Amino acid sequence: MSELNSKIPEGPLAEKWDNYKEHAKLVNPANKRKLEVIVVGTGLAGAAAAASLAELGYQVKAFCFQDSPRRAHSIAAQGGINAAKNYKNDGDSVFRLFYDTIKGGDFRAREANVYRLATESRNIIDQCVAQGVPFAREYGGLLDNRSFGGSQVSRTFYARGQTGQQLLLGAYGALERQIGLGNVKMYSRHEMVEVVTIEGKARGIIARNLITGQLERYFGHAVILASGGYGNVFFLSTNAMGSNVTAAWKAHKKGAYFANPCYTQIHPTCIPVTGDYQSKLTLMSESLRNDGRVWVPKTKEDAKAIREGKKTAVDIKEEDRDYYLERKYPSFGNLCPRDIASRAAKEACDDGRGIVPSGLGVFLDFADAIKRLGVDVVKARYGELFPMYQNITNEDPLKTPMKIYPAVHYTMGGLWVDYELMTSVQGLYCLGEANFSDHGANRLGASALMQGLADGYFVIPYTIGNYLSSEIFVKSIPTDHPAFVEAEKEAKERAEKLIGTKGKKTVDDFHKELGKIMWEYCGMARTAEGLTHARKLIQNLRKEFWSNVNIPGSLDEFNPEFDKAGRVADFIELGELMVIDALNRNESCGGHFRTEYQDAGEAKRDDEKYAYVAAWEHKAVDADPVLHKEELVYENIKLQVRSYK
Amino acid sequence: MKFNLKVWRQKNAKAQGKLVDYTIDNINADMSFLEMVDVLNDNLTRKGEDPIAFDHDCREGICGMCSMYISGRAHGPHHAATTCQLYMRSFKDGETIYVEPFRAGAFPIIKDLVTDRSAFDRIIAKGGFVSVNTGQAQDANNLPVDKADAEKAMDAAACIGCGACVAACPNSAAMLFVSAKISQLALLPQGAPEKNNRAINMVNQMDEEGFGNCTNIGACEAECPKEIKLTNIARMNREYLVASLINE
Ligand SMILES: Cc1cc2nc3c(=O)[nH]c(=O)nc-3n(C[C@H](O)[C@H](O)[C@H](O)COP(=O)(O)OP(=O)(O)OC[C@H]3O[C@@H](n4cnc5c(N)ncnc54)[C@H](O)[C@@H]3O)c2cc1C
Ligand code: SF4
Ligand code: FES
Repeated sequence: MSELNSKIPEGPLAEKWDNYKEHAKLVNPANKRKLEVIVVGTGLAGAAAAASLAELGYQVKAFCFQDSPRRAHSIAAQGGINAAKNYKNDGDSVFRLFYDTIKGGDFRAREANVYRLATESRNIIDQCVAQGVPFAREYGGLLDNRSFGGSQVSRTFYARGQTGQQLLLGAYGALERQIGLGNVKMYSRHEMVEVVTIEGKARGIIARNLITGQLERYFGHAVILASGGYGNVFFLSTNAMGSNVTAAWKAHKKGAYFANPCYTQIHPTCIPVTGDYQSKLTLMSESLRNDGRVWVPKTKEDAKAIREGKKTAVDIKEEDRDYYLERKYPSFGNLCPRDIASRAAKEACDDGRGIVPSGLGVFLDFADAIKRLGVDVVKARYGELFPMYQNITNEDPLKTPMKIYPAVHYTMGGLWVDYELMTSVQGLYCLGEANFSDHGANRLGASALMQGLADGYFVIPYTIGNYLSSEIFVKSIPTDHPAFVEAEKEAKERAEKLIGTKGKKTVDDFHKELGKIMWEYCGMARTAEGLTHARKLIQNLRKEFWSNVNIPGSLDEFNPEFDKAGRVADFIELGELMVIDALNRNESCGGHFRTEYQDAGEAKRDDEKYAYVAAWEHKAVDADPVLHKEELVYENIKLQVRSYK
Repeated sequence: MKFNLKVWRQKNAKAQGKLVDYTIDNINADMSFLEMVDVLNDNLTRKGEDPIAFDHDCREGICGMCSMYISGRAHGPHHAATTCQLYMRSFKDGETIYVEPFRAGAFPIIKDLVTDRSAFDRIIAKGGFVSVNTGQAQDANNLPVDKADAEKAMDAAACIGCGACVAACPNSAAMLFVSAKISQLALLPQGAPEKNNRAINMVNQMDEEGFGNCTNIGACEAECPKEIKLTNIARMNREYLVASLINE
């Protein structure tokens, strides 16, 4: 059986978290002042954690690679955040949010964690409102909600199309307050490049000062990684340009297991790819599916005519349109979960019915909503989204339907953590998108913001105490300790090797190549054969990278190309692990679709053999990783075929 | 499309900078301005030259990282858009485009087009928040908020902290940025208890960072990518005045 100890507390599901909190060890205020905690990342998870820990009295050092903590990628989240407040009186509850999340994740998430998440979701909204987050309100002055995919209740709180921005600015304000009070020391434009472990415990990091290029050493009694997701392994994704796996990957190479790396989320509603020069893809929020209807023409002929510019959407009569989500999934319709909506779009396009010149695009149509609600209501509901679409595509979605296609968006996989959010390395924690914990094989919309804030505000402040209570006698370790010297040396040698390669290809050449391999073989549809082939391609790419990359400039200056190179080097190694994981999982579930395992296009799970978390242990860059399994035990719900029909 | 670019190059904070000429061809009208710079940088890198350093991250107009002063305008010619949301179709084929950093005494240059805007963070640290520790909140719906106020607060809260207002202002004033945060929190009941101290502390820090005074020119509002309104400055002045009187 499983050798990983997930440390799930005893007791009935609904009481586990309270039981835990009631029995967790505490650190008294005087001792907290002597304990230092490093937080890498200032997105929702990191900023919430850093602020909350500092409020408790810990000495916090926080790091981010942008010029300000306010610019973390969480800022870009548009649609909303879930919470089981049941303000709408429509039958929501903690259990229902828990159940929707487990089911949405295709029964591959841990019950106890998800239940805790659903419980804390309510506190998050309270906290954020108290901070002055300007959520949308109804005329009576109370909070408004909307619906998101994978649920039949309205539980999503939002601030126009800028929910992530507003939540992050709330957390950033809390963080700045602690910086002002001297409880947090903030290191912006710093990139963590190594974890330092001493006697098996995480004790600090090596960070590169991105302005001077110098490597710097930082001690902490514990280290928290909240460094976000790794979607940019695909080169093109909806993630910010700088989003990367480096912090998590360096931890992985120092002993932290990486769980379910192949679970990636392809979001159904993004602006289709148009050219080679494109640097990123833009998401059109899932909330648009509240009012937008997805369709393609019924016939290939009509689709072809549209692609060739001979017809437009309005030329296709109502009866000649295929609203395929409404047809296939009548009870959830356009609001079915992302993995399902994405696969359906791919299927329609593979069938020759795509409506953009590349063939890879479908319509998202607001005509009915405009008829029903009027232009002004529709415009008001989606704030920035319509102008943003128009600005990018030069088309007005109020007049002609949006054109959309799936794109890489979120990574459910991440560092393995136990119930306390500790990785397999003592004293090393992982929060937010960077961990694997709550979304199983597919994340529901509006649940990432919820998880990041739950982890940061309400979970880590309790769980880290349970560990640090036994560290109060450990004095701050001076950073001339051999472990720091050694870690810095490793980082330095690696950097020198990279910059010294002076090959022929640019960093982006390699990144694009990696992205192509991942999208082709480890994207929306995967096969054993393709994955096996992809692994070889990635191995070759890695060798070529280390012998033929060309990085301009030097190490002792502001050098964004070098920063990018370090990240791409890690993405290449991660890419191989993703492929290994996808190959190992001989089933389809959520975002992981193996063509061999399906029921007429629907994912076919194999609960007998694969109801486990795959946690991979790193051995060496060119050796096979070792698989550790954490069996998923469902005591409160029955494993079912996931149906949205 | 083809363009002549004059780009500010400056090796580091201490070095002398200057405008350097580049020409770039085969640019697609649907490319974003930053993608055009990507292509230029790619060319430079392949030629063994140092690529142009510039700040960017989300490329969706929300993180506030991108910051170029393009042909005399903060974030370029497109109204209410950040640099990353500017598309080449906004320029004429063959046009000469000037690309400079956001200039202000309080935003020292780090390299090329990259500046240090941490002064903004230090202003926020003086009061751009509600002092509520995690876990102290009451139920979110216990305190209804007038929808009109909530909307106005959201309008102000949309500020992305990019600094275009400062770069556009002949006095390098940061009033629009500071007033946006002060307004947001003043408009909400949650922010009310601290409003006096907030106004005083944030404004004092703004002065200390070396931002200039407001002389009602309005360039900030005109160039703000998030259409933050000048009325916020009026509100801030009121808040500040009231707070000063109370503090006396
Ligand atoms: C376009 C878009 C829209 C979205 N919309 C929604 C939505 O509506 N609802 C929802 O629930 N979710 C949404 N998501 C998902 C959600 O935004 C993210 O999953 C979540 O914000 C991640 O938060 P985080 O705190 O884990 O990481 P991030 O916000 O990504 O923060 C990562 C932090 O780590 C730092 N960092 C990374 N690496 C290093 C390093 N090596 N050294 C130092 N610092 C480092 C970064 O500087 C940054 O501060 C959306 C995502 C995208 C891309
Ligand atoms: S007020 Fe406008 S221009 Fe100034 S920082 Fe905010 S968003 Fe940028
Ligand atoms: S890159 Fe984020 S606003 Fe332009």
